[in-house]
Amino acid sequence: MTHSAPLIKTPDGTIESISKVLGKHMVSIEEANNEVAVHIHRDALLECMLQLRDACEYQQLMEIAGVDWPDRDPRFEIVYCLLSLTKNHRIRVHLTTNEDHPVPSVTSIWPVAGWLEREVFDMYGVLFSGNADLRRILTDYGFSGHPQRKDFPLSGYVELRYSEEEKRVKYEPVQLAQDFRNFDFLSPWEGADYVLPGDEKTGEGVPQQATPKTTDTATQTGAGKAANKEAVKRSVRKPKATGDKA
Amino acid sequence: MSMQQDLAPTTGDEVIQNYTINFGPQHPAAHGVLRLVMELDGEIVERLDPHIGLLHRGTEKLIEYKTYLQALPYFDRLDYASPMAMEHSYVLAIEKLLDLEVPLRAQYLRVLFAELTRIKNHTLNIAHHIIDVGAMTPPLWLYEIREDIMGFYERASGARMHAAWFRPGGVHQDVPLKLLTDIAEWLDDRMPRLFEDAMSLVVDNRIFKQRNVDIAIVSKEDAIKWGFSGPMIRGAGIPWDIRKSQPYDVYDRMDFDIPVGTRGDCYDRFMVRVEEVRQSVRIMKQCLQQMPEGQVCSDDRKIAPPKRAEMKQSMEALIHHFKLYTEGFKVPAGSVYVATESPKGEFGVYLVADGSNKPYRCKIRPTAFSHLQAMDFMTRGHMLADTTAILGALDIVFGECDR
Repeated sequence: MTHSAPLIKTPDGTIESISKVLGKHMVSIEEANNEVAVHIHRDALLECMLQLRDACEYQQLMEIAGVDWPDRDPRFEIVYCLLSLTKNHRIRVHLTTNEDHPVPSVTSIWPVAGWLEREVFDMYGVLFSGNADLRRILTDYGFSGHPQRKDFPLSGYVELRYSEEEKRVKYEPVQLAQDFRNFDFLSPWEGADYVLPGDEKTGEGVPQQATPKTTDTATQTGAGKAANKEAVKRSVRKPKATGDKA
Repeated sequence: MSMQQDLAPTTGDEVIQNYTINFGPQHPAAHGVLRLVMELDGEIVERLDPHIGLLHRGTEKLIEYKTYLQALPYFDRLDYASPMAMEHSYVLAIEKLLDLEVPLRAQYLRVLFAELTRIKNHTLNIAHHIIDVGAMTPPLWLYEIREDIMGFYERASGARMHAAWFRPGGVHQDVPLKLLTDIAEWLDDRMPRLFEDAMSLVVDNRIFKQRNVDIAIVSKEDAIKWGFSGPMIRGAGIPWDIRKSQPYDVYDRMDFDIPVGTRGDCYDRFMVRVEEVRQSVRIMKQCLQQMPEGQVCSDDRKIAPPKRAEMKQSMEALIHHFKLYTEGFKVPAGSVYVATESPKGEFGVYLVADGSNKPYRCKIRPTAFSHLQAMDFMTRGHMLADTTAILGALDIVFGECDR
């Protein structure tokens, strides 16, 4: 490990003990980037969380994050970040859901979940059954839509201004002076998965590159001894006659 | 007039109905744009409903449309009272995904400025807490300290507040030696003089204690289940500090103490912050003593840009510079949750990378969310005037809370 991010040592046997405690409620457990992530079934959330809090000593719920994966089914991933003050360890609990299937609320286990769930509801439209106060939290009064979804435009749909004529704040549809531009600057040789402007005329579609051409090492740059040898060679081509030779 | 007086019920017979008032969203004691809907029974707070989001700017959404480097300055604008502490979590999250090594000098510089930021944040919060309960002179002296720190910020990064100085791989630029010696002199003389002078006026002040002692007592159990962190959880008596328990950068080489409260009231939370300022001074002095010479940013040219002088000489450096500032660097797919001890508590970044040059999702864990949410149960049964003391001791900045 070379990075200097917060040092969290996973105690020996953590993965085994969590797998044992959660049993059939668990889908998978993995350790990546020195972090343990548990994937569980949505309906078993409350049982799992109670077990993790009481049996595995993860006392604090620090964060509930939503992630939108429009290509996946179910679409939303909900991530609970837990912290153990006694074992000095963190784990993440992942589950998936969509707009139609509410997630059981964990407010009965951690009251702090109230606002965290409200935020996920506000941003993604995920419902939490059992949360007594599931109002919007960050967006405006009377807002519609769920802004963190990938299909929600960055500019939103309405803008507001103070109207001097009507002496009040007015909501109007967003009007952009120029079209919204989103440059990704991805190199077409490594990663861009769209047709470059102009390439649609060739009718070949997205160029497929099995191994992206990269220059990670010095040998791949074309520089080095061989190139140096070539470079010092005298040019064999004779200089062009300029015409006014004396 | 006399008729009305005759008809008025005698003392003790009045029936007072609960009524609802708005606190904020523009009140100076609301520490930004907070709207508190309070249900009062006379002067006793029965229920309190904070309405937040008035400063919501869609930071997390904007970050998804920017490269990793372009997203960095948004972090300064979260908690604008402690900008560099916000950057810290973000750059560490990127470095963790890249598994990128940071030169030692850069790690020391980051810790030095993270602690400078802690002093900056705490002097602001302490000052506002004192103003909220009615004193005026100490805040003016504390603002002197803040002003000095802004000067140091400017000399290091070029900006007084929004520094964007921590970068993935290190820091943006090295600091001049004179800045380090000036900080050392400031830590030896001016800073403790101003701070201790200001504190001597409040810590044992009778009025200040009357306003804070035994106000909003939070038990250890409550602090845990409401997700408290930072001075709030330490004020409740739990010795938990991410700098000690999960050290990042060079905090494992630092020798410092963690102050802990005994009663869990507003006064304890205030005093924890006061002591943290002194401990930050200790850490900064150690940083200045131990800081080695060397480079201040990674020399991995696929992530950190080359120096300008290098670009004048080397074609490759020029290409790297161009590619890093247009396409940016790519981060391997994966997700991490990195939390650091910001002055206000645990400031976390849950970063999901999909292998491209932009974050797929960047969830910011604000410290204020859990603390402000707990204000309802902390304030219940207290007087209306106590809400300002309680809010002052929560240390909330709305740039961070609303994002």
